[in-house]
Amino acid sequence: MIGQLDYTTLQQLWWIIASLVGSLFLFLNFVQGGQTLLFTLPKNDKEKSLIINSLGRKWELTFTTLVLFGGALFAAFPKFYATSFGGAYWVWMLILFTFIIQAVSYEYRKKPQNFLGAKTYEVFLFINGSVGILLIGAAIGTFFTGSSFSINEMNQVTWQTPYYGLEAALNFFNLSLGIFLVLNARVLGAMYLLNNIEHAEINVGCRRLAWINFMWSLPFLLFVLAKLLLMEGHAIRPENGEIFLQKWKYLQNLIGNPLLLLFLLTGLGLVIYGIFVTRFKGKNSGIWFSGPGTVLVGLTLFGLAGLNDTVFYPSTYDLQSGLTIYNASSSHYTLTAMSYVALAIPFVVAYIAYVWRQMDKRQLSISDLSGKGSNKLY
Amino acid sequence: MVDVDLSQVNWSRAQFALTAMYHWIFVPLTLGLSFLIAFFESIYLRTGNEEWKNITKFWMALFGVNFAIGIATGIILEFEFGTNWSNYSWMVGDIFGAPLAAEGIFAFFIEATFFAVMFFGWDRVSKRFHLFSTWMVAIGSNLSALWILVANGWMQFPIGMKFNPDSARFEMENFWEVLFSPMAISKFTHTTSSSFVLASLFVIGISAWYLLKSRHVLLAQRSIMVAAIFGLLASLYVAFTGDESAYLVAQKQPMKLAVMEGLFDGQTRAPLVAAGIINGDKQPGDGQDPFWFEVKIPGALSLLSNRDINSFVPGINDLVFGNSVQNIVGVQERMEKGKMAIELLRNYKEAKKTGNESVANSSKDAFYEVQDSLGYGYLKNPAEAVPPIAITFYSFHLMVVLGSFFPLFFALILFFDVKKNKHYPSWLLKLAVLSVPLGYVASQAGWVLAEVGRQPWAIQGLLPVSVATSNVSTTAVQTTFFIFLFLFTLLLVAEIKIMATQINNGPEEK
Repeated sequence: MIGQLDYTTLQQLWWIIASLVGSLFLFLNFVQGGQTLLFTLPKNDKEKSLIINSLGRKWELTFTTLVLFGGALFAAFPKFYATSFGGAYWVWMLILFTFIIQAVSYEYRKKPQNFLGAKTYEVFLFINGSVGILLIGAAIGTFFTGSSFSINEMNQVTWQTPYYGLEAALNFFNLSLGIFLVLNARVLGAMYLLNNIEHAEINVGCRRLAWINFMWSLPFLLFVLAKLLLMEGHAIRPENGEIFLQKWKYLQNLIGNPLLLLFLLTGLGLVIYGIFVTRFKGKNSGIWFSGPGTVLVGLTLFGLAGLNDTVFYPSTYDLQSGLTIYNASSSHYTLTAMSYVALAIPFVVAYIAYVWRQMDKRQLSISDLSGKGSNKLY
Repeated sequence: MVDVDLSQVNWSRAQFALTAMYHWIFVPLTLGLSFLIAFFESIYLRTGNEEWKNITKFWMALFGVNFAIGIATGIILEFEFGTNWSNYSWMVGDIFGAPLAAEGIFAFFIEATFFAVMFFGWDRVSKRFHLFSTWMVAIGSNLSALWILVANGWMQFPIGMKFNPDSARFEMENFWEVLFSPMAISKFTHTTSSSFVLASLFVIGISAWYLLKSRHVLLAQRSIMVAAIFGLLASLYVAFTGDESAYLVAQKQPMKLAVMEGLFDGQTRAPLVAAGIINGDKQPGDGQDPFWFEVKIPGALSLLSNRDINSFVPGINDLVFGNSVQNIVGVQERMEKGKMAIELLRNYKEAKKTGNESVANSSKDAFYEVQDSLGYGYLKNPAEAVPPIAITFYSFHLMVVLGSFFPLFFALILFFDVKKNKHYPSWLLKLAVLSVPLGYVASQAGWVLAEVGRQPWAIQGLLPVSVATSNVSTTAVQTTFFIFLFLFTLLLVAEIKIMATQINNGPEEK
């Protein structure tokens, strides 16, 4: 069946798959959000260890999802990979540095003779959760606000600013999206910890922090949404692939695609419902509403950026250099081959879910931190 | 891209080499130790003997420390293809991206998911499911190696694709050809089995240190036994796959083979240089002796290269200047064809833009005639097609010497294990400790050979590194190079300190 799909369908399919991976990454950012709570939430070292051990069972999943997001974009839209990574060099490098320091921190923090001291590794985790996610937000923001680059006929990229991507973080819209993602990750982090840890004081703190961070995130969310729906967008003329500026582009995309509208409303509804039951109903299951809600909002964002004849990586320097899912994609053959590979995704999700359930059947508690084998913990 | 800043290219190469070599300090241990741990835990489940659980947990703790930094250094490599080699990313993304995506879907998640069970699941899942998870980590790690090595194999021997002049990139035509390319298979088997050797050396070395100190004797003896069997089998297989690997290099990358051996003038019944010192002043065609000193085995190189002791093996001079008797086209001639290919491609693009279909078609047809030489068109002079000789030569010979030593070493250990009832002489134990760094040296040398020997090509014969880079400033790449150097060194020091402390503390007391 996959063999029969036409090129356009495959290009759209792969944009949706990449969007799904990216959106799942935004959900799994609860790990990063949790990392930024390390200096606020725990009252003592024991509580801190409990939090780190709870997050430490999931950090690799988030990390791997980021790696897959990169891999999927490389495979499906190599021109984006070449343009954005090769051009916005600094922004991506900084993001990567924050993930390098994250990867060792869980394992090294509590080990004897760890050279840099526990505090440094905690700061590393904080930097990853704050700076890392902020910059990822800024980078995603450029899907709408555009970047200054040109592409020649051999498809080679020239970045037109000397800051190689850092300028993205100076744009107010990009910055707002970044801040929103950091705050949302903190909300999700608090909810995840509430769900995963059995500890009265931590639980109280989580409920409070989920609420506070949600309230702080609201103005940024509202600004991003309002600005997005009002802004001019780069559109493609379907008949010849020419790129032109169109007013209310993203609003039109939203109205023109009822599914995206449904995703956005359901997503926002779920996020708010999750917060509501956490704050007012004393439930621990908020993460299972706000998390999937975040995925749906993420899907809407990526969908608005790439579908409905929209330029998903616009160039503010040379309109026609903008990247679309049609001019940036891999060949028909490769997309078809990869679609067969992607059939394994449901299976992967299934075993992740199974293992997650097995491991989290019982909440993590202080008693897990002592006794036999405890020196092998994070 | 015509006026490429060479220093930027070289800094990008340096950065990639730095990050890849750091990554490769940690990965082989992960690949091999994961299987050894799975063996230990399987024995534990079979025997029910708690000491085996103790052994499993001890090595697992070291595995964890090493695994984390392997991941930290690995993510950067994936993204560096984009950040530093963006033109390469575009030109090969259609082929290279697919194995990378498959790696993410099939392999990385297996590792990431079951790693948590392996470390924190002892009291949370059944013993059987725990063992299953340990095996999944071993399989997942090695599967991760598969896909990236398929990609690397393709860079050494591009296959299953076609250049598309419209998009100015290579496009995949046959996924199976890419996946089952002999070069890919040989890369995978040789790399993973050599990692098993390294991990076996690591386990034996640390155990030997315990025995020298008369500490944790039971753990040490049992670990040595399992690792020596695994190491012996793996090291024999490494020798076998190494031979296959050299044969493939001879067939597909003759220049690399000539440089590996310092062979300037091709010959029949070509000798293999068993040991030698390269003459650093030697240039192609200058008539100087390439060696200050060498020991040769007659006919062995012909045998290795073509499975025929009387066959002809081309040398650097034959490949650079051509050899009409042997039907070898020289670099100069290929450069001319390559320049023609670039010109025809430009004409095609121009004609397409102006709508001149007949010129477009004729340019395209003519382009396909010479497209095989496209990459040569970017070279400035024929000598550029020769990889750095000394580095390639020495890394190859160092790897071979060490690779020949390891099976003997494992056999010796097993001899004392079985025949002398584990009464290892202290010189052997000391040798075992010293062999740990040798495993790392051999492993690094192998990659230096593979990658330096492929220069100046990012993709053999098709895309030189000078055209593959991103269009970023030299300063930017220099800065990130030093950040990486600083950061990775910092983390390496931390890793070594933690490991050493853990080893010194020994296993958890029962």
